[in-house]
Amino acid sequence: MRRVLILGAGTGGSIMANRLRKESRRHGLGFEITVVDPEAQHLYQPGLLFLPFGQTTLKKILKPKRRFIHKSIPIFESPVASLDAAAKHVVLGNGQTLAYDILIIGTGAKVAPEETEGMTGEGWYQNRFDFYTLEGAQRLQAALKNFTGGHLVINIVDMPIKCPVAPLESAFLADAYFKRRGLRDKVKISYVTPLDAAFTKPVAAGVFKDILTTKNIELITEFNTGRVEGNQIISWDERTVDFDLLVTIPLHNGADFVKASDIGDDLGFVRVDKETLQSEKYPEIFALGDATNAPASKAGSVTHFESETVGDNIVRFVKNQELLKDFDGHSNCFIETGGSKATLIDFSYDIEPLPGKFPYSGIGPLRLLKETRLNHWGKLAFRLIYWYILLPARWLPIGRHCTMKGKYRPN
Amino acid sequence: MATKTLGGKTFEVDEQGYLKNTADWSEELAKLLAADVGIAEMQEGHWKVVKYMRERFLKNGDSPSIRTLGKDSGVTTKELYALFPKGPAKLAAYVAGIPKPRGCI
Repeated sequence: MRRVLILGAGTGGSIMANRLRKESRRHGLGFEITVVDPEAQHLYQPGLLFLPFGQTTLKKILKPKRRFIHKSIPIFESPVASLDAAAKHVVLGNGQTLAYDILIIGTGAKVAPEETEGMTGEGWYQNRFDFYTLEGAQRLQAALKNFTGGHLVINIVDMPIKCPVAPLESAFLADAYFKRRGLRDKVKISYVTPLDAAFTKPVAAGVFKDILTTKNIELITEFNTGRVEGNQIISWDERTVDFDLLVTIPLHNGADFVKASDIGDDLGFVRVDKETLQSEKYPEIFALGDATNAPASKAGSVTHFESETVGDNIVRFVKNQELLKDFDGHSNCFIETGGSKATLIDFSYDIEPLPGKFPYSGIGPLRLLKETRLNHWGKLAFRLIYWYILLPARWLPIGRHCTMKGKYRPN
Repeated sequence: MATKTLGGKTFEVDEQGYLKNTADWSEELAKLLAADVGIAEMQEGHWKVVKYMRERFLKNGDSPSIRTLGKDSGVTTKELYALFPKGPAKLAAYVAGIPKPRGCI
Protein backbone atom coordinates (compact mmCIF):
# COMPACT_ATOMS: atom_id res chain seq x y z
CA MET A 1 0.00 0.00 0.00
CA ARG A 2 1.37 3.37 -0.99
CA ARG A 3 -0.33 6.56 0.12
CA VAL A 4 -0.51 9.03 -2.77
CA LEU A 5 -1.71 12.47 -1.72
CA ILE A 6 -2.79 14.94 -4.38
CA LEU A 7 -3.19 18.58 -3.38
CA GLY A 8 -5.53 20.44 -5.71
CA ALA A 9 -8.38 19.09 -7.83
CA GLY A 10 -8.07 21.46 -10.75
CA THR A 11 -6.74 20.40 -14.13
CA GLY A 12 -3.51 18.83 -12.85
CA GLY A 13 -4.88 17.20 -9.70
CA SER A 14 -7.92 15.71 -11.44
CA ILE A 15 -5.91 14.25 -14.32
CA MET A 16 -3.27 12.86 -11.96
CA ALA A 17 -5.86 11.20 -9.72
CA ASN A 18 -7.48 9.46 -12.70
CA ARG A 19 -4.17 8.65 -14.39
CA LEU A 20 -2.53 7.18 -11.28
CA ARG A 21 -5.58 5.04 -10.53
CA LYS A 22 -5.13 3.49 -13.98
CA GLU A 23 -1.34 3.16 -13.61
CA SER A 24 -1.77 1.56 -10.20
CA ARG A 25 -4.11 -1.09 -11.61
CA ARG A 26 -1.97 -1.69 -14.69
CA HIS A 27 1.30 -2.09 -12.76
CA GLY A 28 -0.17 -3.51 -9.52
CA LEU A 29 1.26 -0.64 -7.47
CA GLY A 30 -1.38 -0.57 -4.73
CA PHE A 31 -1.80 3.20 -4.73
CA GLU A 32 -4.19 4.56 -2.14
CA ILE A 33 -5.05 7.92 -3.66
CA THR A 34 -6.49 10.88 -1.74
CA VAL A 35 -7.31 14.32 -3.13
CA VAL A 36 -7.54 17.59 -1.20
CA ASP A 37 -9.19 20.76 -2.50
CA PRO A 38 -11.11 23.55 -0.75
CA GLU A 39 -13.58 24.17 -3.61
CA ALA A 40 -16.53 21.99 -4.56
CA GLN A 41 -16.73 23.40 -8.08
CA HIS A 42 -14.26 22.91 -10.93
CA LEU A 43 -13.83 26.09 -12.97
CA TYR A 44 -12.85 25.75 -16.63
CA GLN A 45 -10.53 28.74 -16.52
CA PRO A 46 -10.32 29.38 -20.30
CA GLY A 47 -14.03 30.22 -20.04
CA LEU A 48 -13.18 33.29 -17.97
CA LEU A 49 -11.92 34.91 -21.17
CA PHE A 50 -15.35 34.67 -22.82
CA LEU A 51 -17.53 35.41 -19.79
CA PRO A 52 -17.04 39.23 -19.76
CA PHE A 53 -18.20 39.40 -23.38
CA GLY A 54 -21.27 37.26 -22.76
CA GLN A 55 -19.90 34.49 -24.97
CA THR A 56 -20.21 31.67 -22.47
CA THR A 57 -22.32 30.77 -19.48
CA LEU A 58 -21.59 29.67 -15.93
CA LYS A 59 -23.22 26.34 -16.61
CA LYS A 60 -20.67 25.54 -19.30
CA ILE A 61 -17.59 26.45 -17.28
CA LEU A 62 -18.45 25.48 -13.71
CA LYS A 63 -19.12 21.88 -12.74
CA PRO A 64 -18.82 19.80 -9.55
CA LYS A 65 -15.27 18.52 -9.01
CA ARG A 66 -16.59 15.22 -7.77
CA ARG A 67 -17.86 14.37 -11.26
CA PHE A 68 -14.40 14.48 -12.80
CA ILE A 69 -12.48 12.34 -10.34
CA HIS A 70 -13.09 8.60 -10.25
CA LYS A 71 -15.69 7.77 -7.62
CA SER A 72 -13.34 5.38 -5.79
CA ILE A 73 -11.00 8.27 -4.89
CA PRO A 74 -11.84 10.25 -1.73
CA ILE A 75 -11.77 14.06 -1.90
CA PHE A 76 -11.20 16.08 1.27
CA GLU A 77 -12.90 19.43 0.84
CA SER A 78 -10.51 21.62 2.80
CA PRO A 79 -7.67 24.08 2.26
CA VAL A 80 -4.11 23.02 3.04
CA ALA A 81 -2.81 24.80 6.14
CA SER A 82 0.76 23.55 6.05
CA LEU A 83 3.17 21.04 4.59
CA ASP A 84 5.93 19.39 6.58
CA ALA A 85 7.97 17.81 3.79
CA ALA A 86 10.59 16.39 6.15
CA ALA A 87 7.90 14.60 8.17
CA LYS A 88 5.96 13.70 5.01
CA HIS A 89 2.63 15.03 6.12
CA VAL A 90 0.15 17.79 5.35
CA VAL A 91 -2.07 19.58 7.85
CA LEU A 92 -5.49 20.62 6.54
CA GLY A 93 -7.43 23.75 7.41
CA ASN A 94 -9.68 21.73 9.70
CA GLY A 95 -6.67 20.53 11.71
CA GLN A 96 -6.62 17.04 10.25
CA THR A 97 -3.20 15.56 9.38
CA LEU A 98 -2.65 13.49 6.24
CA ALA A 99 0.55 11.46 5.88
CA TYR A 100 1.83 10.44 2.46
CA ASP A 101 4.42 8.32 0.70
CA ILE A 102 4.10 10.31 -2.53
CA LEU A 103 2.88 13.89 -2.75
CA ILE A 104 1.65 15.64 -5.89
CA ILE A 105 1.11 19.38 -5.83
CA GLY A 106 -1.33 20.87 -8.29
CA THR A 107 -2.55 23.88 -6.35
CA GLY A 108 -2.17 26.33 -9.20
CA ALA A 109 -1.54 30.05 -9.14
CA LYS A 110 -3.74 32.83 -7.79
CA VAL A 111 -3.95 36.52 -8.48
CA ALA A 112 -2.96 39.15 -5.91
CA PRO A 113 -4.30 42.55 -7.04
CA GLU A 114 -3.81 43.86 -3.48
CA GLU A 115 -0.03 43.63 -3.95
CA THR A 116 -0.08 46.55 -6.37
CA GLU A 117 -0.29 49.86 -4.54
CA GLY A 118 -3.68 51.51 -4.92
CA MET A 119 -5.17 48.77 -7.08
CA THR A 120 -7.84 47.46 -4.71
CA GLY A 121 -8.61 50.84 -3.18
CA GLU A 122 -11.43 53.09 -4.29
CA GLY A 123 -12.42 52.17 -7.84
CA TRP A 124 -11.83 48.44 -7.49
CA TYR A 125 -14.75 46.62 -9.12
CA GLN A 126 -16.12 50.03 -10.19
CA ASN A 127 -13.91 50.78 -13.17
CA ARG A 128 -11.03 48.38 -12.40
CA PHE A 129 -11.48 44.67 -12.87
CA ASP A 130 -9.59 41.44 -13.25
CA PHE A 131 -11.02 38.55 -15.26
CA TYR A 132 -8.83 35.79 -13.83
CA THR A 133 -11.39 35.16 -11.08
CA LEU A 134 -15.03 34.22 -11.50
CA GLU A 135 -16.16 37.26 -9.53
CA GLY A 136 -13.93 39.61 -11.52
CA ALA A 137 -15.06 38.21 -14.87
CA GLN A 138 -18.75 38.47 -13.89
CA ARG A 139 -18.39 42.03 -12.65
CA LEU A 140 -16.45 42.99 -15.76
CA GLN A 141 -19.31 41.62 -17.87
CA ALA A 142 -21.71 44.03 -16.16
CA ALA A 143 -19.28 46.95 -16.48
CA LEU A 144 -18.73 46.32 -20.19
CA LYS A 145 -22.49 46.29 -20.78
CA ASN A 146 -22.70 49.80 -19.33
CA PHE A 147 -19.61 51.06 -21.12
CA THR A 148 -20.55 53.29 -24.03
CA GLY A 149 -17.25 54.98 -24.80
CA GLY A 150 -13.83 55.97 -23.46
CA HIS A 151 -10.44 54.42 -22.93
CA LEU A 152 -10.26 50.70 -22.20
CA VAL A 153 -6.83 49.68 -20.91
CA ILE A 154 -5.74 46.05 -20.62
CA ASN A 155 -2.70 45.90 -18.39
CA ILE A 156 -0.38 43.07 -17.34
CA VAL A 157 1.23 44.13 -14.06
CA ASP A 158 4.11 41.64 -14.08
CA MET A 159 5.08 38.16 -15.23
CA PRO A 160 4.63 35.28 -14.64
CA ILE A 161 0.88 35.06 -15.29
CA LYS A 162 -1.49 32.26 -16.15
CA CYS A 163 -2.16 31.84 -19.85
CA PRO A 164 0.14 34.58 -21.19
CA VAL A 165 -1.99 34.91 -24.34
CA ALA A 166 -5.31 35.53 -22.54
CA PRO A 167 -4.73 39.29 -22.13
CA LEU A 168 -4.12 39.60 -25.88
CA GLU A 169 -7.23 37.57 -26.61
CA SER A 170 -9.22 39.80 -24.30
CA ALA A 171 -8.06 42.85 -26.30
CA PHE A 172 -9.06 41.16 -29.57
CA LEU A 173 -12.45 40.14 -28.14
CA ALA A 174 -13.04 43.65 -26.78
CA ASP A 175 -12.47 45.03 -30.27
CA ALA A 176 -15.02 42.61 -31.73
CA TYR A 177 -17.45 43.24 -28.85
CA PHE A 178 -17.56 46.99 -29.36
CA LYS A 179 -17.79 46.57 -33.15
CA ARG A 180 -20.82 44.36 -32.58
CA ARG A 181 -22.40 47.04 -30.45
CA GLY A 182 -21.58 49.75 -33.02
CA LEU A 183 -19.43 51.58 -30.48
CA ARG A 184 -15.93 50.79 -31.70
CA ASP A 185 -15.24 54.36 -32.87
CA LYS A 186 -16.10 55.61 -29.36
CA VAL A 187 -13.74 53.22 -27.57
CA LYS A 188 -9.96 53.49 -27.56
CA ILE A 189 -8.30 50.19 -26.64
CA SER A 190 -4.74 50.01 -25.31
CA TYR A 191 -2.67 46.95 -24.47
CA VAL A 192 -0.07 47.78 -21.83
CA THR A 193 2.59 45.15 -21.09
CA PRO A 194 5.85 44.89 -19.13
CA LEU A 195 7.32 42.86 -22.00
CA ASP A 196 9.30 44.53 -24.76
CA ALA A 197 6.87 43.22 -27.40
CA ALA A 198 3.32 41.86 -27.77
CA PHE A 199 4.56 38.39 -26.77
CA THR A 200 7.68 36.78 -25.34
CA LYS A 201 8.85 34.93 -28.46
CA PRO A 202 9.85 36.94 -31.55
CA VAL A 203 7.98 35.29 -34.46
CA ALA A 204 4.66 35.17 -32.60
CA ALA A 205 5.26 38.69 -31.22
CA GLY A 206 5.45 39.97 -34.81
CA VAL A 207 2.20 38.21 -35.77
CA PHE A 208 0.34 39.51 -32.70
CA LYS A 209 1.65 43.03 -33.22
CA ASP A 210 0.20 42.99 -36.74
CA ILE A 211 -3.18 41.78 -35.45
CA LEU A 212 -3.19 44.55 -32.82
CA THR A 213 -2.39 47.14 -35.50
CA THR A 214 -5.12 45.82 -37.82
CA LYS A 215 -7.65 46.11 -35.01
CA ASN A 216 -6.44 49.59 -34.08
CA ILE A 217 -5.36 48.55 -30.58
CA GLU A 218 -2.55 50.64 -29.15
CA LEU A 219 0.48 48.65 -27.90
CA ILE A 220 2.50 50.10 -25.01
CA THR A 221 5.54 48.01 -24.06
CA GLU A 222 8.06 47.89 -21.18
CA PHE A 223 5.49 49.39 -18.85
CA ASN A 224 6.15 48.03 -15.36
CA THR A 225 3.11 49.02 -13.34
CA GLY A 226 4.07 50.33 -9.91
CA ARG A 227 0.80 51.79 -8.66
CA VAL A 228 -2.73 52.93 -9.48
CA GLU A 229 -3.93 56.42 -8.63
CA GLY A 230 -7.47 57.44 -9.53
CA ASN A 231 -7.99 56.63 -13.18
CA GLN A 232 -4.31 56.26 -13.96
CA ILE A 233 -1.75 53.47 -13.91
CA ILE A 234 1.77 54.65 -13.15
CA SER A 235 4.93 52.73 -14.00
CA TRP A 236 7.99 52.44 -11.76
CA ASP A 237 9.76 54.89 -14.06
CA GLU A 238 6.85 57.36 -13.72
CA ARG A 239 5.17 56.91 -17.07
CA THR A 240 1.36 57.15 -16.89
CA VAL A 241 -1.61 55.76 -18.80
CA ASP A 242 -5.11 57.17 -18.15
CA PHE A 243 -8.08 54.83 -18.30
CA ASP A 244 -11.85 54.94 -18.08
CA LEU A 245 -12.04 51.18 -17.70
CA LEU A 246 -9.07 49.12 -16.51
CA VAL A 247 -8.77 45.39 -17.07
CA THR A 248 -5.83 44.35 -14.93
CA ILE A 249 -3.95 41.10 -14.99
CA PRO A 250 -2.68 41.24 -11.41
CA LEU A 251 0.50 39.80 -9.89
CA HIS A 252 0.41 36.03 -9.47
CA ASN A 253 1.49 33.86 -6.54
CA GLY A 254 1.55 30.16 -5.79
CA ALA A 255 -0.18 28.66 -2.76
CA ASP A 256 0.59 30.10 0.69
CA PHE A 257 1.50 26.71 2.15
CA VAL A 258 4.13 26.30 -0.57
CA LYS A 259 5.56 29.74 0.13
CA ALA A 260 5.72 28.90 3.84
CA SER A 261 7.41 25.53 3.21
CA ASP A 262 10.95 24.75 2.10
CA ILE A 263 10.00 23.51 -1.36
CA GLY A 264 8.94 26.76 -3.02
CA ASP A 265 10.45 29.92 -4.46
CA ASP A 266 9.71 33.48 -3.31
CA LEU A 267 6.41 33.62 -5.15
CA GLY A 268 5.25 30.27 -3.76
CA PHE A 269 5.87 28.15 -6.84
CA VAL A 270 7.28 24.66 -6.24
CA ARG A 271 10.92 24.35 -7.28
CA VAL A 272 11.05 21.39 -9.64
CA ASP A 273 13.43 19.88 -12.13
CA LYS A 274 11.98 21.33 -15.34
CA GLU A 275 12.29 17.99 -17.18
CA THR A 276 11.32 15.41 -14.53
CA LEU A 277 8.92 17.66 -12.52
CA GLN A 278 10.26 16.17 -9.30
CA SER A 279 10.90 18.48 -6.35
CA GLU A 280 14.53 19.59 -6.21
CA LYS A 281 14.59 18.83 -2.51
CA TYR A 282 12.34 15.86 -1.75
CA PRO A 283 12.30 12.97 -4.25
CA GLU A 284 8.79 11.82 -3.23
CA ILE A 285 7.27 15.21 -4.12
CA PHE A 286 6.16 16.05 -7.67
CA ALA A 287 4.36 19.11 -8.95
CA LEU A 288 2.61 20.07 -12.16
CA GLY A 289 0.68 22.86 -13.81
CA ASP A 290 0.62 26.47 -12.67
CA ALA A 291 1.98 25.46 -9.25
CA THR A 292 5.55 24.83 -10.45
CA ASN A 293 8.43 27.18 -11.16
CA ALA A 294 9.20 25.38 -14.46
CA PRO A 295 9.88 28.01 -17.13
CA ALA A 296 6.92 26.89 -19.25
CA SER A 297 3.61 28.68 -19.81
CA LYS A 298 1.09 28.42 -17.02
CA ALA A 299 -1.60 26.83 -19.17
CA GLY A 300 -3.89 23.81 -19.18
CA SER A 301 -2.16 22.21 -22.16
CA VAL A 302 1.16 22.37 -20.31
CA THR A 303 -0.46 20.72 -17.29
CA HIS A 304 -1.86 17.99 -19.50
CA PHE A 305 1.52 17.24 -21.14
CA GLU A 306 3.21 17.38 -17.74
CA SER A 307 0.70 14.91 -16.29
CA GLU A 308 1.99 12.25 -18.69
CA THR A 309 5.58 12.81 -17.56
CA VAL A 310 4.62 12.92 -13.87
CA GLY A 311 2.53 9.75 -14.24
CA ASP A 312 5.40 7.84 -15.84
CA ASN A 313 7.91 9.21 -13.34
CA ILE A 314 5.87 8.24 -10.30
CA VAL A 315 5.65 4.68 -11.61
CA ARG A 316 9.43 4.75 -12.15
CA PHE A 317 10.00 6.28 -8.74
CA VAL A 318 8.18 3.50 -6.89
CA LYS A 319 9.98 0.89 -8.99
CA ASN A 320 13.34 2.52 -8.17
CA GLN A 321 13.99 3.25 -11.85
CA GLU A 322 15.66 6.34 -13.21
CA LEU A 323 13.19 9.17 -13.92
CA LEU A 324 12.47 10.30 -17.47
CA LYS A 325 13.93 13.70 -18.27
CA ASP A 326 10.98 14.00 -20.45
CA PHE A 327 9.03 17.22 -20.18
CA ASP A 328 10.13 19.61 -22.91
CA GLY A 329 8.06 22.66 -21.98
CA HIS A 330 5.41 21.78 -24.56
CA SER A 331 2.55 24.26 -24.70
CA ASN A 332 -0.33 24.41 -27.13
CA CYS A 333 -2.81 27.29 -27.09
CA PHE A 334 -5.68 28.49 -29.23
CA ILE A 335 -5.75 32.27 -29.37
CA GLU A 336 -9.14 33.80 -29.99
CA THR A 337 -8.80 36.82 -32.26
CA GLY A 338 -12.46 37.92 -32.50
CA GLY A 339 -15.09 37.62 -35.23
CA SER A 340 -15.22 33.80 -34.90
CA LYS A 341 -11.60 33.35 -35.78
CA ALA A 342 -8.65 32.08 -33.79
CA THR A 343 -5.01 31.31 -34.24
CA LEU A 344 -2.97 28.53 -32.67
CA ILE A 345 0.51 28.28 -31.18
CA ASP A 346 2.54 25.18 -30.34
CA PHE A 347 5.89 25.61 -28.64
CA SER A 348 8.34 24.39 -25.98
CA TYR A 349 11.46 25.30 -24.00
CA ASP A 350 13.48 25.11 -27.24
CA ILE A 351 11.00 25.67 -30.08
CA GLU A 352 9.31 29.06 -30.30
CA PRO A 353 5.78 29.39 -31.76
CA LEU A 354 6.12 29.09 -35.56
CA PRO A 355 3.72 29.02 -38.51
CA GLY A 356 2.70 25.68 -40.05
CA LYS A 357 0.04 22.97 -39.83
CA PHE A 358 -1.18 21.04 -36.79
CA PRO A 359 -1.45 18.33 -35.51
CA TYR A 360 -0.63 16.50 -38.75
CA SER A 361 2.28 17.81 -40.82
CA GLY A 362 1.16 19.01 -44.27
CA ILE A 363 -2.50 18.17 -43.49
CA GLY A 364 -3.43 20.17 -40.43
CA PRO A 365 -6.35 20.71 -40.41
CA LEU A 366 -5.46 23.44 -37.91
CA ARG A 367 -3.14 26.27 -38.90
CA LEU A 368 -0.42 27.62 -36.62
CA LEU A 369 -0.06 31.41 -36.29
CA LYS A 370 -2.83 31.97 -38.87
CA GLU A 371 -6.28 33.33 -38.10
CA THR A 372 -8.86 30.77 -39.26
CA ARG A 373 -12.44 29.82 -38.49
CA LEU A 374 -11.51 26.20 -37.93
CA ASN A 375 -9.09 27.21 -35.17
CA HIS A 376 -11.99 29.06 -33.51
CA TRP A 377 -14.20 25.97 -33.65
CA GLY A 378 -11.25 24.02 -32.31
CA LYS A 379 -11.06 26.36 -29.34
CA LEU A 380 -14.79 26.02 -28.63
CA ALA A 381 -14.71 22.24 -29.05
CA PHE A 382 -11.82 22.06 -26.65
CA ARG A 383 -14.11 22.85 -23.72
CA LEU A 384 -15.87 19.53 -24.24
CA ILE A 385 -12.59 17.71 -24.81
CA TYR A 386 -11.40 19.18 -21.52
CA TRP A 387 -14.30 17.94 -19.44
CA TYR A 388 -14.75 14.54 -21.03
CA ILE A 389 -11.36 13.42 -22.39
CA LEU A 390 -8.61 15.44 -20.75
CA LEU A 391 -9.71 15.32 -17.09
CA PRO A 392 -10.56 11.60 -17.14
CA ALA A 393 -7.02 11.05 -18.60
CA ARG A 394 -8.29 9.46 -21.79
CA TRP A 395 -6.15 9.31 -24.93
CA LEU A 396 -5.75 12.46 -27.08
CA PRO A 397 -4.10 12.59 -30.53
CA ILE A 398 -1.59 15.24 -29.47
CA GLY A 399 1.85 14.03 -28.41
CA ARG A 400 3.37 15.21 -25.16
CA HIS A 401 6.51 16.36 -26.96
CA CYS A 402 6.72 19.44 -29.16
CA THR A 403 8.20 18.72 -32.59
CA MET A 404 9.24 20.78 -35.62
CA LYS A 405 7.06 18.53 -37.86
CA GLY A 406 4.67 20.68 -39.89
CA LYS A 407 6.31 23.90 -38.74
CA TYR A 408 8.55 26.26 -40.67
CA ARG A 409 10.65 29.25 -39.78
CA PRO A 410 9.70 32.35 -41.79
CA ASN A 411 12.45 34.54 -43.23
CA MET B 1 29.90 27.28 -27.55
CA ALA B 2 28.95 30.99 -27.58
CA THR B 3 31.42 33.55 -26.35
CA LYS B 4 31.39 37.29 -25.90
CA THR B 5 34.26 39.77 -25.82
CA LEU B 6 34.08 42.96 -23.79
CA GLY B 7 37.02 45.27 -23.16
CA GLY B 8 39.47 42.65 -24.40
CA LYS B 9 38.02 39.93 -22.14
CA THR B 10 36.48 36.86 -23.75
CA PHE B 11 34.08 34.68 -21.78
CA GLU B 12 31.46 31.97 -22.38
CA VAL B 13 27.79 32.97 -22.47
CA ASP B 14 24.53 30.99 -22.44
CA GLU B 15 21.86 31.08 -25.16
CA GLN B 16 20.43 34.28 -23.68
CA GLY B 17 23.84 36.00 -23.83
CA TYR B 18 24.25 35.84 -20.03
CA LEU B 19 27.52 34.74 -18.41
CA LYS B 20 27.65 30.96 -18.54
CA ASN B 21 29.99 30.16 -15.65
CA THR B 22 29.19 32.14 -12.55
CA ALA B 23 32.74 31.48 -11.36
CA ASP B 24 34.09 33.58 -14.25
CA TRP B 25 32.54 36.66 -12.66
CA SER B 26 34.64 39.42 -11.13
CA GLU B 27 33.97 43.03 -10.20
CA GLU B 28 36.12 43.92 -13.16
CA LEU B 29 33.85 41.94 -15.48
CA ALA B 30 30.72 43.39 -13.82
CA LYS B 31 31.84 46.87 -14.84
CA LEU B 32 32.27 45.73 -18.45
CA LEU B 33 28.87 43.96 -18.45
CA ALA B 34 27.26 47.06 -16.96
CA ALA B 35 28.76 49.29 -19.63
CA ASP B 36 27.46 46.82 -22.22
CA VAL B 37 23.86 47.50 -21.12
CA GLY B 38 24.31 51.25 -20.86
CA ILE B 39 25.28 51.64 -17.21
CA ALA B 40 28.29 53.91 -17.53
CA GLU B 41 29.32 53.82 -13.89
CA MET B 42 28.59 51.24 -11.21
CA GLN B 43 27.36 53.11 -8.15
CA GLU B 44 26.89 51.86 -4.62
CA GLY B 45 23.25 50.97 -5.32
CA HIS B 46 24.22 48.94 -8.37
CA TRP B 47 26.75 46.93 -6.37
CA LYS B 48 24.28 46.35 -3.56
CA VAL B 49 21.75 44.82 -5.96
CA VAL B 50 24.29 42.88 -7.99
CA LYS B 51 25.92 41.37 -4.90
CA TYR B 52 22.55 40.50 -3.39
CA MET B 53 21.58 38.74 -6.62
CA ARG B 54 24.78 36.71 -6.71
CA GLU B 55 24.41 35.72 -3.09
CA ARG B 56 20.83 34.65 -3.67
CA PHE B 57 21.73 32.72 -6.79
CA LEU B 58 24.59 30.86 -5.14
CA LYS B 59 22.29 29.92 -2.27
CA ASN B 60 19.08 29.01 -4.14
CA GLY B 61 20.21 28.29 -7.67
CA ASP B 62 17.78 30.69 -9.31
CA SER B 63 17.67 34.39 -10.04
CA PRO B 64 15.35 36.44 -7.82
CA SER B 65 12.33 38.18 -9.33
CA ILE B 66 11.84 41.93 -9.25
CA ARG B 67 9.31 41.55 -6.43
CA THR B 68 11.86 39.75 -4.26
CA LEU B 69 14.52 42.30 -5.10
CA GLY B 70 12.24 45.14 -4.02
CA LYS B 71 11.46 43.40 -0.74
CA ASP B 72 14.81 41.90 0.24
CA SER B 73 17.74 43.55 -1.52
CA GLY B 74 17.74 46.71 0.58
CA VAL B 75 16.94 48.80 -2.49
CA THR B 76 13.31 49.77 -3.16
CA THR B 77 11.60 48.78 -6.40
CA LYS B 78 11.48 52.41 -7.43
CA GLU B 79 15.23 52.82 -6.94
CA LEU B 80 15.78 49.56 -8.81
CA TYR B 81 14.10 51.02 -11.88
CA ALA B 82 16.23 54.16 -11.56
CA LEU B 83 19.44 52.11 -11.30
CA PHE B 84 18.55 49.54 -13.98
CA PRO B 85 16.05 51.24 -16.29
CA LYS B 86 13.23 49.19 -17.86
CA GLY B 87 14.19 45.72 -16.62
CA PRO B 88 15.97 45.70 -13.25
CA ALA B 89 15.85 41.93 -12.65
CA LYS B 90 16.96 41.21 -16.20
CA LEU B 91 19.75 43.79 -16.30
CA ALA B 92 21.02 43.22 -12.77
CA ALA B 93 21.21 39.48 -13.43
CA TYR B 94 23.24 40.20 -16.56
CA VAL B 95 25.70 42.35 -14.62
CA ALA B 96 25.78 39.86 -11.74
CA GLY B 97 26.81 37.09 -14.11
CA ILE B 98 23.85 34.84 -13.27
CA PRO B 99 21.15 33.44 -15.62
CA LYS B 100 18.27 35.57 -16.89
CA PRO B 101 15.43 35.36 -14.34
CA ARG B 102 12.64 32.92 -15.11
CA GLY B 103 9.13 34.21 -15.35
CA CYS B 104 9.61 35.93 -18.67
CA ILE B 105 7.74 33.21 -20.54
